[in-house]
Amino acid sequence: MSAHVDYLLGLADDALVSSQRMGWWISRSPQLEEDVAMANIGLDQLGQARALLTHAGAVEAAGRDEDDLAYFRDERDFRNVCLVERPMEDFGVAMARLLVFATWQHELYGALSASTDATLAAVAAKARKETAYHVDHARQWTLRLGDGTAESHDRMQAAVEAEWPWREELYDAGTLAPELVERGIAVDPGTLREPVEARLDAVLAEATLSRPDVAAAYSRGRQGRHTEAMGYLLAEMQHLARSHPGVTW
Amino acid sequence: MSVEPLWEVFVRSRRGLSHVHVGSLHAADAGMALRNARDLYTRRQEGVSIWVVPAAAIEASSPDEKDSFFDPAVDKVYRHPTFYDVPEGVEHL
Amino acid sequence: MVLHAHVTDADICNTACYRGGVYGNDFTAPEAARTAPADEPASFRAILVEDGRVEPRDEMPEGYRKTLVRQIAQHAHSEIIGMQPEGNWVSRAPSLRRKAILMAKVQDEAGHGLYLYAAAETLGVDRADLLDALHSGRQKYSSIFNYPTLTWADVGAIGWLVDGAAIVNQVPLCRCSYGPYARAMVRVCKEESFHQRQGFEILHTLAHGSQAQRQMAQDAVNRYWWPSLMMFGPPDDDSPNSAQSMAWGIKRFSNDDLRQRFIDMTVPQSEALGLTLPDDGLAWNEERGHYDFTPVDFTELFEVIRGNGPCNEQRMAHRVGAHEDGAWAREAAAAYAQKQAQKQAQRQAREQAQKEGAA
Repeated sequence: MSAHVDYLLGLADDALVSSQRMGWWISRSPQLEEDVAMANIGLDQLGQARALLTHAGAVEAAGRDEDDLAYFRDERDFRNVCLVERPMEDFGVAMARLLVFATWQHELYGALSASTDATLAAVAAKARKETAYHVDHARQWTLRLGDGTAESHDRMQAAVEAEWPWREELYDAGTLAPELVERGIAVDPGTLREPVEARLDAVLAEATLSRPDVAAAYSRGRQGRHTEAMGYLLAEMQHLARSHPGVTW
Repeated sequence: MSVEPLWEVFVRSRRGLSHVHVGSLHAADAGMALRNARDLYTRRQEGVSIWVVPAAAIEASSPDEKDSFFDPAVDKVYRHPTFYDVPEGVEHL
Repeated sequence: MVLHAHVTDADICNTACYRGGVYGNDFTAPEAARTAPADEPASFRAILVEDGRVEPRDEMPEGYRKTLVRQIAQHAHSEIIGMQPEGNWVSRAPSLRRKAILMAKVQDEAGHGLYLYAAAETLGVDRADLLDALHSGRQKYSSIFNYPTLTWADVGAIGWLVDGAAIVNQVPLCRCSYGPYARAMVRVCKEESFHQRQGFEILHTLAHGSQAQRQMAQDAVNRYWWPSLMMFGPPDDDSPNSAQSMAWGIKRFSNDDLRQRFIDMTVPQSEALGLTLPDDGLAWNEERGHYDFTPVDFTELFEVIRGNGPCNEQRMAHRVGAHEDGAWAREAAAAYAQKQAQKQAQRQAREQAQKEGAA
C-alpha cells in the first residue's frame, strides 16, 4: 500500500473510530441538548471519515469504496491512533478526549488545507471549520467540569489523567514517509505539538485542572497495533456488513 | 427543581431579516444556551445569527390588557396609505 | 417566565386514569371525569369558534391545560424514548451512508423531544418535573417503543410504519388549537418527512436485495404492522376523551379515522415494496372507498402499556441511567454558571467603586 494511501487512511480511521465512540452517547448524555450536540460532532467526524476514505480508495485505485474500506479491513489494517478507540463511556473522558483530539485535528486540518493533494486540502478546509466548533464544545465542558463542583473537578482531573498519555501518538512521525511531507501532501505531526499543547495547557489552566505529569502510553495504532478495545469496536461495527458480503444496503 | 434556567431563542434566518422567536431550551448559562441553540435550532441551515434571552427577563403584554393596548389602533385608519383617494392616472404616489 | 402561562400547581400527571398513550394522541379511561364545558371562559370559546389559536397567557379551562400538558409531555417522552430502539443500530449500520442517516434521525428525535418539552413548558410546567414524571413511571410514552429492534430491517420498518403512523397523527396537530404545540408540530413534521422516506428506502433496498435481506424485511414488517396500527389508540367507542379533545380543537380526527387513513396510504406502498402485510383481511372495499382490515386486537397493547412489553424495563433503565449518570455534569454546569455570575458581579462592583473614587 502506498504511503499516500496509508496516510489518508490514518486520518480517515481517526475520524471514523471517533465517530463510532461518539455515536454511543446519543440518548445517553447528561442532558437532551447534549445528545443533539454530540450527535452533531459524531456526524461531522463521520462526514470527514467518508470523504477521506473515498479519497483514499481513489488514490489507491483498486476499486475500493468507503464501505469496502470501513467494513472489510481487519483490525491490523486500521491506521487510527489508539487514543480514539478506547472505551468512552464517562462524560468527563468523552470531553477530555474530544478536547485533545479536536484541538489536534483543528491544527492538522489548518495545515492540511494547504496540502498539494487538492482533494485532501478541500476536505481539510471544510473539516477545519467543523473541528473549531468541536474544540469550543470540549472547552466549554472542560471549564464547567473542571471549575464546577468539587466532585466534577476530581472526575475531570481523572479523565484528563486517563487521556493525556495517549496524546503522544498524535505527534509521532514514526511511520510517516518523509517523502510525503517533502511533496507537501502531508504535515509532519511533530510540528503540531507546540501549538496543540499550548492550547491544551491554556484550557486546563482556565479550568483549574493541573497538567498531568504522566508517561506516554505505548500506542502504535498508526502501525495497526491497537488496544484490545479495537477488536470489539470493529466486531460490532462490521458484523452486519460482513454477514452479507456483496449486497447493497 | 430545574438547575438549568429557561432561555428563549431567536434566529435570523438570513441576512436582511429580523430575528424571529423559534422556541426555548434549558442551559446553565448564556454561553451554553447559545451553543445549544445552534445545535438544536439550526441543524438544517435555518439561521445565520442567534439570540438567546433568559425567559425570566422578558416582560410581555397580558391578554387581559388586549383591549386597552391594541384596540385604540383600530380606528386610526388614516395611518395606512389605502385610506387616501388618489385621482385616476396619478402614478408614483 | 412571563411568556408562559401562570400556574400555581404544576399538575403534570393526572395519570391515574391513564390507559394508553400514542404520540400525538391522548386517551384516558371513561371513568376520568371531564371538565364540564361550563368553566370555559368566553374569550377561550371565542378563539375556538373562529378556529384561532390559544396562546400561553390566554385564559383557558383547567381541563384543556391539563389535557395538553399530559399529551404534549407524553409526545415528548415518546420522542426521547424513541431514540433507543433505532439508536440500538447506530453502531452496526451496514454502510457509512446508512450510519450517517440514522445518526441524524436519532438526533432529530432528541430535537423533537426538546421542541415538545418547550411547548409543554409554556403551559407553566417545568421540563425537569416532566422528566421526573417519566422516570418515575407516572407519565407514559408510546408503547411502540417497547418492542425490540432485532434486525437492521427493523430500522426500515420503524421509519416506514412507525414514523408513517406518527406523521398521520401529527399532521393534523399542526392545526391544533394550542399555538405553541401547533408550531412545534410544524417544525417536527417538516423534519420528519425524511424519516419515513429513509425507512421506505431501507425496506425497498432490502426487498430487492438478496434472499436473506428480503426475508429480513418481511419479518420486520410482520412484527411492526400490528403495533403500528395500535399507535392510533383504541377504537373511538372506547376512547371517550377523544370527543372532548376534538371539541377543544386539540384533536382533529378520531382514532379510527386516522387508522383508516394510515392503512389506505400504506397498502399501496407495501405493494410498491413487494412486501406483504400480515393481515388476510386486507381488501379494497369499493363501496366504502377504503381498505377493510381485521379488527386490531388491543389485548397486546394494554399488556405492553401495563409494563409487560418486551422492552419496558430496558427503555426506562436506559433513560433513567442516562439522567442519573449525567447529574454530576449538570450540577457542575450550574455551579460554574453561579461562580461566573458572582465573579461578574464582583468585577462590576469593583469598577463602580473605581469610577466613584475617580469622581
